[in-house]
Amino acid sequence: MKATGSLPAGRSKFKIYRDKLLAPYIQVPVLGWLAGLLISTLLETFIGPYLAMVLGMSDVPALFGFTVVLKQPVLIPGVIIYLLIIYVLPIAIGARLTKSLANYIAGKLQQYPFWISAVIHIVLLYVVINTWAVMNDYRVLLAKLIMIAVIVTLSLNVINGYMGEFSCSHPGFIALGAYTASIITVLFFVNDSVLGAALLPPVLAPFLFPVALILGGLMASLFSLLVAVPAFNTRGDYLAIISLAFTFIIKSLLENLQIFGGARGFMNQPNLATLPVVFLWTVLAVWIINNFVRSTLGKALNAVRDNETAANAMTVDTKKTKMTAFMFAAFWAGIAGGLFAHVMRYVNPGSFGIKKLAEVLAMVYFGGLNSVIGSIVGAVGFNLLSEMLRPLEIFKWIIIPLLLILVMIFRPTGLIAFKDFDPKKLLRAKNKKEEDK
Amino acid sequence: MQYFLQNLVNGLQWGSFYALVAIGYSMVYGILMLFNFAHGDIFMVGAYIGFFTATGLVALAAVGNIILPSWVIITLTMLIAMFLNAFVGMAVERIGYRPLRDAPRASAAITGLMIGIILETGNLALLGASRRAFPPLIKPVTYNISGVFITNQKILIIVVALSLTFMLHLFIRHTKWGMAMRAMAYDFVITPLMGVPLNTIIALTFAIGSALAAAAGVLFGIAYPVLGPYMGIIIGWKAFVAAILGGRGSILGSAAAGFLLGFIEIFVVMIFPSTMRDFIAYSIILLILTFLPNGFFGEPYSARLRL
Repeated sequence: MKATGSLPAGRSKFKIYRDKLLAPYIQVPVLGWLAGLLISTLLETFIGPYLAMVLGMSDVPALFGFTVVLKQPVLIPGVIIYLLIIYVLPIAIGARLTKSLANYIAGKLQQYPFWISAVIHIVLLYVVINTWAVMNDYRVLLAKLIMIAVIVTLSLNVINGYMGEFSCSHPGFIALGAYTASIITVLFFVNDSVLGAALLPPVLAPFLFPVALILGGLMASLFSLLVAVPAFNTRGDYLAIISLAFTFIIKSLLENLQIFGGARGFMNQPNLATLPVVFLWTVLAVWIINNFVRSTLGKALNAVRDNETAANAMTVDTKKTKMTAFMFAAFWAGIAGGLFAHVMRYVNPGSFGIKKLAEVLAMVYFGGLNSVIGSIVGAVGFNLLSEMLRPLEIFKWIIIPLLLILVMIFRPTGLIAFKDFDPKKLLRAKNKKEEDK
Repeated sequence: MQYFLQNLVNGLQWGSFYALVAIGYSMVYGILMLFNFAHGDIFMVGAYIGFFTATGLVALAAVGNIILPSWVIITLTMLIAMFLNAFVGMAVERIGYRPLRDAPRASAAITGLMIGIILETGNLALLGASRRAFPPLIKPVTYNISGVFITNQKILIIVVALSLTFMLHLFIRHTKWGMAMRAMAYDFVITPLMGVPLNTIIALTFAIGSALAAAAGVLFGIAYPVLGPYMGIIIGWKAFVAAILGGRGSILGSAAAGFLLGFIEIFVVMIFPSTMRDFIAYSIILLILTFLPNGFFGEPYSARLRL
């Protein structure tokens, strides 16, 4: 096949072969893919460690073998075999074999209210993530951080993608959410040297944790007015500069609050952000933000981005729309910050500076503007890439920026930009012809 | 009073760096309407080029047993660094901005940010994490003018910064190239149709901005002789704020705002503890921008939307 790659005849043969191989998979519904993933993760749980030992690896490769290969190139064939046996083949075969069953179930589920189907899919997704992650602590941490990154990226996409402004204030919002939520949980549930003994029994902690997170989000959204009020009086790039100043102000303020550790940071947060909690918040964030951008308000936001004067003429209250969206995005950034603080169980102002800003912006523009799916892809892809290239040490920070520059040059609005995310369409059975189109 | 004057001089010196770097931001912003986020790191590269040139010249003089007067070394260092850094700026434009000229402006901002990270990391990878000491080029002499202490370094920095700003202003106002740049800033679409070479003018803009950043880098090395790969971040982002504070595309405005930022920072430290510097300085900037949303010398925002 590879010898005839340049010949048109050979290529078409290859194309036919490829189409033949991939044809059954067009009809696989999301349920089928989830089943395949479940099989693969279960397989890894049961035979993964033995297989890894047989293939000469010390342990199950944590991140699809990338880190292992970069450290010991000798293991490349072993890792490829491992990936084939554990991931590629089970997913492919599992999805293929369960296709008709999955389509049948998905078709049946379509007759019930949509939320039943949604809940079933989400539970399955959680089971997949959980079985994959519990193999080692590193994966759990990574999964949590990736899910938090998804929330952050989505919320920034509301401003930079859907509203079309350039905001640099997200590190500030994340920091506000992180500190507010941490202070509340530490005040109530931890015997802290500064904030005193725990006021409530720790049994209540999981129930009050959402309240703390929401208060953190509200704090961020309150402070976002500080940026929004001056910035949205005039159109233009002043949001960029005001929001940048805001980030510096928040960072500097936190560094000067000696009561919360100042520049040394604030620690001892209770261990409340477990994998299911973070997962639930992420699902909630994706769901609410997706509904927000598909609502009338979201469409008004797009109108404001494309032409503010025309939107105004079409009865859109531009200032109110922008303010609402900005506060909404800040709220979710604050929630993500609270989760981040309780995952790391330590926050310091230094982690909410320019570096964080570059990272968040990179995730948004890598994934794609104006697109919920793009943001998810961007956050997951960027974080996985950044973890996989970790063995390269500082060269990682040459390769990732280069990759982003290439993405920007060839797809200036990101990988998957301007795509609507319709969960109903996504979860539908795929075996029928789309007669209802 | 003496204390005040002393800090005024310090503020002038500290503001010189901001002013020179801010001009680079402002010129690019004036013409292309985009934030050149790599500019802070171009400043860093300029400082390193200055460091290698100065070290090389000193070593060359020592080997050849020539006694070069210090002003010759400084002038040569400055000129070589400015000349070479102009090419760095043009390369950044060629790689990061020209392919994206029709793309949303924010995408170009991202490539700028990424080029900045590449420059920092590349420096770290090539030269290691150790900081470099800029060779002492002039022997510090302190003049006591009725209680205010002024070193000859400070005089050099302030004079060079002011004269470069003034020269650039003259260039923009009174030469044909400057006229082309002003026309380009006025209308990016029509001006090329009048026969103004678009790419040349934009490259020239980046070259001038980077040359000024290199000058700032050399001066910075003379005043604070410790260079590190991340030195561009602090100066660069603050100068970016100053550039916007001065007003869109206004050379003198952004220089003035750079000096103002220097004053603010020095005077904040004079009154409050130094950890409060960023907090108070940026709060003042936020207040200024709330009441003067177009900066000091900028026109009201009227550009077409490119995103």
